[in-house]
Parts: sequence; structure tokens; C-alpha cells
Amino acid sequence: MQFTINGRAFEADVDIRTSLLDLCREHLDLTGAKKGCDHGQCGACTMLINGRRVNSCLTLAVMHQEDEIITIEGVGDPQGLHPLQHAFVRHDAYQCGYCTPGQICSAIGMLDEIKKGWPSHVSADLSSPVFDDQEISERMSGNLCRCAAYTNVVDAIREVADSAANDRTADEKDKVMADEVMA
Amino acid sequence: MKTFDYRKALTPEAAVETFDGETARFIAGGTNLLDLMKLQVETPDKLVDISRLDLASIDEREDGGLTIGALVPNADLAADPRVIDRYEVLSRALLAGASGQLRNKASTGGNLLQRTRCYYFYDTGSRCNKRTPGSGCDAIGGANRILAVLGTSEHCIATHPSDMAVAMRALDATVLTLKRDGDRRRISIHDFYRLPGDTPHIETVLDTGELITHIELPKPPSGRQAYRKVRDRASYAFALVSVGAVIHIQERRIARAAFAFGGLAPMPWRSQAVELALIGKAPTRDTFEAAADALLAEAKGFGGNDFKIPLARRTLIATLRDLTEH
Ligand SMILES: Cc1cc2nc3c(=O)[nH]c(=O)nc-3n(C[C@H](O)[C@H](O)[C@H](O)COP(=O)(O)OP(=O)(O)OC[C@H]3O[C@@H](n4cnc5c(N)ncnc54)[C@H](O)[C@@H]3O)c2cc1C
Ligand code: SF4
Ligand code: FES
Ligand code: FES
Repeated sequence: MQFTINGRAFEADVDIRTSLLDLCREHLDLTGAKKGCDHGQCGACTMLINGRRVNSCLTLAVMHQEDEIITIEGVGDPQGLHPLQHAFVRHDAYQCGYCTPGQICSAIGMLDEIKKGWPSHVSADLSSPVFDDQEISERMSGNLCRCAAYTNVVDAIREVADSAANDRTADEKDKVMADEVMA
Repeated sequence: MKTFDYRKALTPEAAVETFDGETARFIAGGTNLLDLMKLQVETPDKLVDISRLDLASIDEREDGGLTIGALVPNADLAADPRVIDRYEVLSRALLAGASGQLRNKASTGGNLLQRTRCYYFYDTGSRCNKRTPGSGCDAIGGANRILAVLGTSEHCIATHPSDMAVAMRALDATVLTLKRDGDRRRISIHDFYRLPGDTPHIETVLDTGELITHIELPKPPSGRQAYRKVRDRASYAFALVSVGAVIHIQERRIARAAFAFGGLAPMPWRSQAVELALIGKAPTRDTFEAAADALLAEAKGFGGNDFKIPLARRTLIATLRDLTEH
């Protein structure tokens, strides 16, 4: 079978039953995505398929040979962190870190859904959802965190979303926050 | 997971042709089927991959209705501006279900056909007539908190877990199919599901290998729409009770009402008695109580799920109150 993952071509000879998650973790040495439940209940395995966030444990690798797959390894690396990765570090948005790759891939997909104007369960007006913390929590509910770092996860995502929206850099935002603390 | 033969179909005709034998399965999003295959609740010997069929568009019809391809993802259906504008109950029901990741993968056809969440159905060590016909039902007398109070039989008390299907019933949708012999059928959503009776393993009127190609929504109903879901946590949980509602008030009387319920029965539940109790009446507390009486006249709890009967009453009344207040 042939795959395109993080912009690279891979070939693997795997059992037909292999999930996309197991393909990456067990056969391609891409161990960033985690297996929490293997049943679509935790979000630790979240990847982006053609830009959309999905649970990679609940889909077969064989079904995705024509797709562009992005795992956390393709989101950023220590030399070039994605803004969300920066924000997670800055906001201490994890403890053990097991859910983090899934949280970040999910947040990337989620921010794109917001950009497209998609509503959520908590949107009062489905045609023009307002983007607040409650919306982030609802939209990220498919990612569980056993360490309960939720409030910091929301803060980290909020910062990236705001800075994208206001075209304000994260550093300035930090400074504003620091000034507020000093005042 | 048991191994299987995998075939990808590129047209609906090829999909039904490739499907052979009793144990083959179509796979769309896979979010329910693979879950069950991992536990060997489902053990198909062949998977026909229908995920790339050209059935992923939502098309406008002349009467203002919509034709929804069976492969439209739940997320896209919920966010479609026409659905939001004309069928808010459907958008709301979809958004109340599962998670962002799952809705991106789950298809319209697969959602209709998702299986029950009864714990014993999932546990191959338990007796379950739906999984293994004739083996018994461990839920009756067991942990049945999430199970049904309406439409049950002595053989099965499972609930149908879909939120979307509840809205489809409130909206009088029609399911379009393609059979293995090439025939096409149009099945009203009201005739689509079957009660368990003594064959709880048969859940719909579909024949073996019959492919859902589309779901049609008729001309949008007038009036207001709502979907109210009560569950154990505020997000990412199945319904204990849900109500999909369409109500039209004219001259302070209820002119039209369509109410469907989730979490209560083996199929998304629609009750004519509820609607008869409402139509022509003024929207008062007494009218709402009468509608709840009509809904629950034949409700029967099994111990753990007794609470669903008063919960359904309160949820229906709250939905009616919200929809009829200004
Ligand atoms: C953790 C979790 C939470 C969830 N929470 C909710 C919830 O709150 N509310 C809710 O409503 N749902 C919920 N779901 C269920 C989810 O909505 C379903 O799994 C999904 O809709 C199934 O769609 P699919 O395309 O993935 O189906 P698949 O898994 O591909 O298929 C399901 C069944 O339908 C058949 N099938 C699929 N397409 C067709 C077709 N076109 N014609 C004929 N047969 C077909 C398959 O053969 C299979 O038997 C949840 C699921 C998970 C894993
Ligand atoms: S309620 Fe139905 S699905 Fe649950 S154990 Fe009994 S027969 Fe099986
Ligand atoms: S491992 Fe995929 S959702 Fe938990
Ligand atoms: S940081 Fe430990 S599970 Fe989320």
C-alpha cells in the first residue's frame, strides 16, 4: 500500500485490518499520534486527512491511499514549532503530554472549521457563531485529557485564534498580559 | 478483528454488485462498523468500501427541499447554510452528536444505520438477542439505564442511538436506495425502521446488500424548530432523552406539530398521539401535559431506566414551552 504522510511518500506492506493509527505508529515510525482508547472516544489519535480532523483509530489505512495525511510530526518540529505548539508550551497546556498531539491536530482542524463559519452545539445563532471560550470547549470535546489540563488548553488555543484574528503576534499578547499582571 | 476481503466500489451499481453473501458490509465512515469489528460484534467476511462514491453532495429540489447524498459527512450537513436556514432541527441534532472529529468522518447513510449502544450488545461475553439471535437478553434485569421505555419487546429493549435520525423523522424524510437487482426504492423514514419484536437483529426494512444512495427532505415546514438533548455530560455523549420538534402556531393555536424522540425507543420515535394532543389547542401548560401523557401512556421502565419516563415528560414540556414563548 502507498501513502502520503506529512508530504512524504511511504510504502508499507500491512495487514488489511490495519488502522491508520497503527500504520503510522507500528509500521512507519510515526509515533506522535497516541492510542488512548482505540474506539473513537478520546481523540488522542487525531490526525488531519485532507485538512480535516479525524480519529485515526477508527479508519482503515487501506481506505486512505489517495489522501494527504498530516500527523503531529508534520505540524512542526523542535526547530520550527507551529504557533499552537508554542502556545501549548507557553500556557502549560499539558501535564503528561499524552493527549497533546491529538489536542494540537484537533485544534488545527477546529480553527479551520471556525474559519469556514461552521457552527457548534453551543452557537446561539447557527448562521453566525461567536467565537468564545465556551465554543472552544465544545468544539474540543472530542479530546479528553486525563490530566485535566483543559483550562490551559483553551487558553492556548484562544491565544492562537485571537492572534490570527487580530493579526497580533503572540509575543505582543504576552506582553499585554504581563503588563496587566504588573499593573 | 476477523480478517476480511476488501473491495473498493467507485459507483453505486458496482457497490451493490460487489456485495455478496449475508455477511458482507458496506463501509462508509467506518466509525461505527470498525468499532464493532474490533470487538468482533460484527465479523464481515467482505467490506465494500463505498466512501469514494460520488454521493457527497447536497442538491436543491424545485419544491425547496434538499436531496442529501448518503456520503455527505455529518459535519458538512450540519454546516450547510440551506440546512441551517430551512431545517434547523437537523443541524442542531447533528451538532449535538459525537465530536468534531467523528462528525467529519460519519456519513449520512451510516448515521441512520448505526447500531445500539446497549452494553451487552458490545460485550460478546453477554447474552444478546440482537447480536446472537435466540441467546437471550442480559439487559432486561441488568444494567439498562440507557435503554428504551417505549416500543420494547421481551426480546430486546435497546435504543437507537442516532440524533440525526430523530430530526429526520420530525422532518418526514425519505430514504432512497439501490438494490442488488438494480431496483431503486423510496422508503419513508416512518417505514424505514422496525421494532424489535422477536427479531431484534433486524433493524430496518432494507434488504441484504441494499445501498442507501440519498435522503430526501421535503419542502421545509413552516413554524419553529428545535432539538433538545439531555445526556450525562454536556458534550460528546449519547442522548438519555432527546426531542426533535417542529411546531407552527397560527392565531394562538397550534396549527401543525411534528415531534420525534431519541433515547426512548428502539427507533427514533414519532407519536401521532402527541401531535393530536397538540393540534388545534392553545399552547398552554395543560396542553403540554396532555401531550406528555399521550407520549408516555404506554411507557414501561425496566428498573435502571425508570427515570427516563419523568425525564421525557419534562424534556417534552420544556421544549414546547421554549418553542411557544415569544
Ligand atoms: C465515541 C462516539 C460517540 C458518538 N456519539 C454520538 C452521538 O452522540 N450521537 C449520534 O447520533 N451518534 C454518535 N456516534 C455515532 C456516529 O454518529 C456513527 O458512528 C456514525 O454516524 C456512523 O456513520 P459512518 O459513516 O461512520 O458509518 P459506518 O461505520 O461506515 O457504517 C455503519 C453501518 O451502516 C452501513 N452503511 C453505511 N453507509 C451505508 C449506505 N450508504 N447504505 C447502506 N448501508 C450503509 C454499514 O454497513 C454499517 O453497518 C458516536 C460514535 C462514537 C464512536
Ligand atoms: S437490549 Fe437488545 S441489544 Fe441489549 S442485550 Fe438485550 S437484546 Fe441485546
Ligand atoms: S485512540 Fe482514537 S479516539 Fe481514542
Ligand atoms: S496532559 Fe496528560 S492526558 Fe492530557
